[in-house]
Amino acid sequence: MLLTMILVALKRNHKLAIIATLITLTTSLTCIFFITVNAPHFIGELFIIDRFGLYYQALILTATFVIAIFSYINLEHLFPDRRKEEYYLLLMLATFGSAVMVISAHFISFFVSLEILTVSLYALIGYYREYRPAIEAGLKYMVLAAMSSSFLLFGIALVYAVSGTLSFTGLATMPLTIGADNSIILISGVGMMMVGIGFKLAVVPFHMWAPDVYEGASSPVTAFIATVSKGSVLALLLRLFMLADLYRYEKLMLAFTIISVLSMLIGNLLALRQKNVKRILAYSSIANFGYLLVAFISGKGMGPQAATFYVTAYIITILGAFGIITIISRSDNEAADIENYKGLFWKRPFLAAAFTIFLLSLAGIPLTAGFIGKFFLLTAGLGKSQWLLAIVLVISSVIGLFYYLRLIATMMQRDNEYKPHTTFNAFSLLGGIIIAILAIAVVCLGIWPLWLVNAISTHI
Amino acid sequence: MILVWLIILLMGCGSLAWLSGRWSSTLPRIISLAGITIQVVTIISFLMQYKQHSGWIVSYTHSWMPSFGIQIKMAADGLSLLMLLLTSLLGIISVLISWKEINEQVGFFHFNLMFVLAGITGVFVALDLFLFYFSWEVMLVPMYFLISIWGNENKTYAAYKFFLFTQGSGLLMFLSILGLYFIHGHSTGVFTFDYEQLIGTKMTPQTAFVLMIGFVIAFIVKLSTVPFHSWLPDAHTQAPTAGSVILAGLLLKTGAYGLIRFVLPLFPLASHQFAPVAMALGVISILYGAKLAFAQTDIKRLVAYISVSHMGFILLGIYAFNEIAMQGVVMQMIAHGISTAALFIIAGVLHDRIKTRDIDQMGGLWLTVPKMGAMGLIFVLASLGLPGLGNFIAEILILFGSFFANEPLTIIATFGLVAATIYSLRIMQKIFYGKERTQWKVADLSIREMAIMLSLTTVIIWLGIFPSSVLDISRKPVQNIIEEVNGARINTEIQHYSHIEKKGDNCSINLAVFKDNTAHIKK
Repeated sequence: MLLTMILVALKRNHKLAIIATLITLTTSLTCIFFITVNAPHFIGELFIIDRFGLYYQALILTATFVIAIFSYINLEHLFPDRRKEEYYLLLMLATFGSAVMVISAHFISFFVSLEILTVSLYALIGYYREYRPAIEAGLKYMVLAAMSSSFLLFGIALVYAVSGTLSFTGLATMPLTIGADNSIILISGVGMMMVGIGFKLAVVPFHMWAPDVYEGASSPVTAFIATVSKGSVLALLLRLFMLADLYRYEKLMLAFTIISVLSMLIGNLLALRQKNVKRILAYSSIANFGYLLVAFISGKGMGPQAATFYVTAYIITILGAFGIITIISRSDNEAADIENYKGLFWKRPFLAAAFTIFLLSLAGIPLTAGFIGKFFLLTAGLGKSQWLLAIVLVISSVIGLFYYLRLIATMMQRDNEYKPHTTFNAFSLLGGIIIAILAIAVVCLGIWPLWLVNAISTHI
Repeated sequence: MILVWLIILLMGCGSLAWLSGRWSSTLPRIISLAGITIQVVTIISFLMQYKQHSGWIVSYTHSWMPSFGIQIKMAADGLSLLMLLLTSLLGIISVLISWKEINEQVGFFHFNLMFVLAGITGVFVALDLFLFYFSWEVMLVPMYFLISIWGNENKTYAAYKFFLFTQGSGLLMFLSILGLYFIHGHSTGVFTFDYEQLIGTKMTPQTAFVLMIGFVIAFIVKLSTVPFHSWLPDAHTQAPTAGSVILAGLLLKTGAYGLIRFVLPLFPLASHQFAPVAMALGVISILYGAKLAFAQTDIKRLVAYISVSHMGFILLGIYAFNEIAMQGVVMQMIAHGISTAALFIIAGVLHDRIKTRDIDQMGGLWLTVPKMGAMGLIFVLASLGLPGLGNFIAEILILFGSFFANEPLTIIATFGLVAATIYSLRIMQKIFYGKERTQWKVADLSIREMAIMLSLTTVIIWLGIFPSSVLDISRKPVQNIIEEVNGARINTEIQHYSHIEKKGDNCSINLAVFKDNTAHIKK
């Protein structure tokens, strides 16, 4: 309750520059730590405040905090003296949408928060409007997102037609035997909702937008889409399935199994031929959310915990990766082409080492958080005897190694003229420190994951 | 606790070496050398105290992720200690050999070197399957860097191939580990990765076989058994000398160690089923490796195929399931580690001086570099199995042992020794003897290089003359493992037969005969 109010207040912080943004984020983050909720309590029917939601809110706010700093660096590169303030407004609005989404317990609040998030993302993606790919990406995202929203809305309507309720918990009380006609309507309704959610998560076959948008949007915005937007939708998906107990419907779970297998394989295979680092990360995120669905499919118990751990590790890693892209970019173009990374290891050894850590974490190599995350996913999957998913996960991880290794190998090659951006100021120093912190966090989580595991298991 | 400290020591020295590399290029070398020397001293002091223990000499357990049954559980018996000694010995040698060879990013080089060693140390002492897999993977990444940064002309390709082969097979093993974890958990209610608890997990023969295959593939890829050997020649050829030494001397041995320590005790019955196939693969590796070695012109590739051939003996010996062969395997692991390391050093030193690895362009080098030639002769003779040197003892023990288990295959494998003579002598002939093709102006071995080679020579001759100093240490652990494997089989067979006995009287004679046999085997 308190938190929502603070977030509403945030929205009104119009012409604040970066400092104000950071302060508000820190304040709301501190508030979350002071809120102790023992039993989940509902606000009307719309919201549910519980530890699960608070955990994800903390995650979202931390991620946004990091993104805001990188945004500042990025804006300094791209806009010498124009339009810097509105950016933060949009960023805060999108964060507000995500933060509300993870505590939604009702289709109305879910849809509204999703729209807040999406609409501010349209603008954020196309924010750098002098750059044509940005416009293209923004437009593409808008058209497709609008379509997926309408699917979602229609799905909600169908579910409402059968069940007569819009709250998640209401669905749980629905009996499994509700007659063939109604059952078809219900399944197709939930299926349509899955189209909308699948679009946001960019899982195959709803993944088409991801590479273009990742490439067109500026790095911090891409990082936002990859972490905050996807993370909050995943949290919502988990909550929806837990509260409404949709695990009962086998057909639905079968559909998710297919989506997961396809995402893992197609994401990794398509990434192999890419030459743009941001596109590689886009396909890699498609594959990574395929992995995540393995934990999701394995249902209650271990599943949500494993998914939460993995998404946390993923968010830390991907923030670091996009942070590095931001830092080494020059003002006239972003360092997105793989050629720009040639020889980075010899020029900026610590940045390159950090990037290597992040990539290895994405590939799931031990000593990094990604490995522990993958271990949890596999444990969750095999605990429910999902051998097919586990084997596909392993095979596609091996495929994935190819492109992560290629990037690492490129960084180690010699001779290149591309000079990474090297002017130092307080904020790029801060950016460097944050990357160091993220890299250390990835390694620490890879060696001592216990504290996060405990934190998650008390929250979920 | 001391085992953990050994690993932390290596990792710490590695990180320190990286940091110090910014200021000086000598400092990292000294730090690494100091770190490994401490390791050697510790291990030797353990071996001194060692008095025919039947259990673990040192062990350490600490909880890591208790909710998943994951512990930091490490222990060492004679076998592990021998392997650790080999690790640290070759570690020192690889630091020394790269003293002049590596001049770029010296700090990062030693960081990687120390982390590989730390991973290998972890593999040799881990008794928790999760920790084992963890260390298994920790070895890979720094090794990948060693090849891909400081390697020769085709390094990127070789590093890729190495990483994908080992990582892909490693993940199969990880699936098997998880499978075992869940089967054990569901049948007993205790979810744990603890090796000692997982031994004797009850499962159907089919499941056991499938799970075992996951482990076996990971290990025989590392052991570079045909048909999974193709990464090895590339990786060896392209790696810097220190990398080749570690690859051939240590990384291959982790595969053998894994088979002995994990596959046999965890899946005794399935291993018995698999034994004919494994022995056949071993024999194929021996002969095929020897044939390919004979056909190579690149000296490093040649030595790499010699390794393939020698690793075939290891596989043959492991699946013979008797003490003689297994002792031979331990001996072979150490002797091969030393002799191949020496051959790679000679290849590296030559490559450094004449900028080619093509043996067709060499010839008549003995006149110019007599010391190098003499050293080369010793280790070439070692690798062909000359009596008096370590490899001879190893191979002869393996062949004795496996003859009891499988006569025809052993007879075929013996031809490998003849082939070894041919390819080994070809090395000498092509490089050091014969007509001088070019007027070589090459420096002979320096004092540092000579010291390295002499110490290796001492070890290999010591192994040949006093093999019991090693065999005594490894006897108990080997006996334990053999008993465990054969015991499990005999028990099930007795159950099987007594089941038949109840059904009909006719079989009682068979059973009596069988019991005689088993008693014989137990002896």
